[in-house]
Amino acid sequence: MAAPYDLNDDSVVVVIGSGAGGGTLGPELAKKGIDTVILEAGGRHEIEDFSNDEWGMFGQISWLDKRTTSGSWRVAKDFSGLPAWIVKAVGGSTVHWAGASLRFQEHEFRGLTEYGDVPGANLLDWPITLKEMEPYYDRAEDMMGVTRTHNIPGLPGNNNFKVMKAGADKLGYKECHTGRMAINSEPRDGRGSCQQIGFCFQGCKSGAKWSPLYTEIPEGEDTGKLEVRANAQVIKIEHDDSGKVSGVVYADKDGNQHRQKARAVCLAGNSFESPRLLLNSASSMFPDGLGNSSGQVGKNYMRHMTGSVYAVFDKPVNMYRGTTMAGIIQDESVNDPSRGFVGGYEMETLSLGLPFMGAFLDPGAWGRSFTGAMDMYDHMAGMWLVGEDMPQESNAVTLHPTEKDQFGMPVPNVHFDDHPNDVAMRNHAYQQGSAVYDAVGATRTFPTPPYPSTHNLGTNRMSAKARDGVVDKWGKSHDVPNLFVSDGSVFTTGASENPTLTIVSLAIRQADYIADQMSKGNL
Amino acid sequence: MRVLDKREKVSRRGFLKRSGAAAVGLIGLSAGAGMVTGPNGAWALEVKNLKPETMATLIQMARDIYPHDRLSDKYYVAAVSGYDAQAGDDAGVKDMIEGGIGALDTMAMAQHGVGYMKVGWEEDRVALLKQIEDGGFFQTIRGGLVVSIYNNPEVWPLFGYEGASAEKGGYIARGFDDIDWL
Ligand SMILES: Cc1cc2nc3c(=O)[nH]c(=O)nc-3n(C[C@H](O)[C@H](O)[C@H](O)COP(=O)(O)OP(=O)(O)OC[C@H]3O[C@@H](n4cnc5c(N)ncnc54)[C@H](O)[C@@H]3O)c2cc1C
Ligand code: SF4
Repeated sequence: MAAPYDLNDDSVVVVIGSGAGGGTLGPELAKKGIDTVILEAGGRHEIEDFSNDEWGMFGQISWLDKRTTSGSWRVAKDFSGLPAWIVKAVGGSTVHWAGASLRFQEHEFRGLTEYGDVPGANLLDWPITLKEMEPYYDRAEDMMGVTRTHNIPGLPGNNNFKVMKAGADKLGYKECHTGRMAINSEPRDGRGSCQQIGFCFQGCKSGAKWSPLYTEIPEGEDTGKLEVRANAQVIKIEHDDSGKVSGVVYADKDGNQHRQKARAVCLAGNSFESPRLLLNSASSMFPDGLGNSSGQVGKNYMRHMTGSVYAVFDKPVNMYRGTTMAGIIQDESVNDPSRGFVGGYEMETLSLGLPFMGAFLDPGAWGRSFTGAMDMYDHMAGMWLVGEDMPQESNAVTLHPTEKDQFGMPVPNVHFDDHPNDVAMRNHAYQQGSAVYDAVGATRTFPTPPYPSTHNLGTNRMSAKARDGVVDKWGKSHDVPNLFVSDGSVFTTGASENPTLTIVSLAIRQADYIADQMSKGNL
Repeated sequence: MRVLDKREKVSRRGFLKRSGAAAVGLIGLSAGAGMVTGPNGAWALEVKNLKPETMATLIQMARDIYPHDRLSDKYYVAAVSGYDAQAGDDAGVKDMIEGGIGALDTMAMAQHGVGYMKVGWEEDRVALLKQIEDGGFFQTIRGGLVVSIYNNPEVWPLFGYEGASAEKGGYIARGFDDIDWL
């Protein structure tokens, strides 16, 4: 058969979501000759539709469906209806992402063994090792064109990076460079090189930044084996009497419901929507939610320890010029418990335009302390802090008891409390980040609180044993043999690195596994 | 390095000429007959649904919440003027604003013997705002302002922010790495 596929075609693999996970998996399957339908809740917005407009793009493609929050995290206070900044569009959050693409370190696959029994944390070792991941990391880096891999040169440093680098040198940090970025530093793969436009978070107008929207997805479609159905929001996954998944029900943009049959379903809706969909698919056979015999669906939500440091100097920086996140200090990304916490963190350059700076520098703040900082906007440098946070069972995505979305499905509530380890790490990171800027003469520094989560992980975690998690080492449900999870929700622990390279590598690996199982007649 | 001229380019009197309003020449905002005008007639705004005094107080409140001494009043006017139309469409909005400003004036009267606008020092007006900062009225106004002030492309040059760059070819040849003081 060839795309497009019939609703009653039960030979297709259905992939839910077209972001880093689904937008990689779907095209990989298609290239192997497997009939694949991607159902994507959002619309299809191509590069021509992007604009260098922070609030404009936010309004156009963010996931703005109702969500609620609880817990003591500051996001619940500052952005109570917006726990995460995630994209609802073909390409998913990779339309907005900055491109930082780092491998996990060896010890980060062994959280429990390495960090021990941290009180209050629900740590576990991954059922895979760095060694097993290396070939897939390698393929992903090649596919995405990650700088400083495969002989691709690093990006040139912009003003914001130069300030970071000067401070890092003064402090004696050794690992400071312009990052491993899925952004072309030279033309590659039919795409041009970075024009230093500076709106990476708004969708890259030049296409230099990798996003499956204009890389893998069109390649997959060209095989004739991939159909991407946009504006198709899955509301339920169905199963047959034997407990195997049989198809999904989705709503189109007019709210009309359709049933797409499937031979297997791969769930890649990001870490709120994936567990929500499993919970909303409860049945008499799976009363606690599909694939939830462990009770771990939605639990162990991780968002990375985050925060930012902005600093003001007596002379201009103009940090907004050029690549948003091409700069990193990696020296603190080690496990050194003598600092007062386990796990490590990265420091990465970050700049926001004036509109977002107003909203995010110190959410809710007003008066002269705040506006005095804004007055120095063009004299600011900035960095983002991103580190490993502790999985906690009580940090969870659950179904709201009363609130429903436009399709009548319960909305997700996101509960999060910082673990004491997260707090200790954040304080250390604020101190070191400020020190970097103080070393080059900052006149004022700002320990900026976390933004709505961009890294959402862990809510369907991988585990060796069925009772500890939701999926096995291939991302296959412990309970349902033809149900897979293919996004960041499978992370057993978060590591200190930005997650997308690992999501993409796992998706490539899963595609190989699915093809292999199909050829053996197991799927 | 390439730095921007952050001075305001439009003459402060331009607005008055275009709007045809009469100059008042008082310090502070003055209001009357459906019209709110700034000191020296630097700007004027016609209001249809809110009381002119209410709009004038709202403009002062906007400046007190996000005080930027280099921004002339017209940017604060632009940031809150939309509430007049909203008040016309939605009685709830009108009640919220008239009620909120009314309460603020009552507080000012009790503590300083004059309405909010006439309280001379910013510090004293801010102390009044502090007393209502957790309330819905203040939060709605502040939450709207933080977008309407900083998302106005006309203020960007005054902060040294250049806005959209793709159509100018990005910054690759326009100073992405031109810092010269490190
Ligand atoms: C501003 C920003 C900057 C970032 N920068 C970086 C970075 O530098 N490095 C990095 O590693 N990561 C970065 N990230 C994070 C990165 O984008 C995510 O980790 C990654 O995209 C997650 O992949 P995913 O497949 O899990 O989900 P997503 O990419 O979010 O894709 C999920 C898709 O599923 C769709 N979907 C959800 N529910 C349904 C449903 N029920 N039916 C149909 N479709 C559905 C959604 O609409 C969405 O398109 C950034 C994110 C943001 C927002
Ligand atoms: S800075 Fe580079 S990667 Fe970022 S949007 Fe511009 S061209 Fe794309």
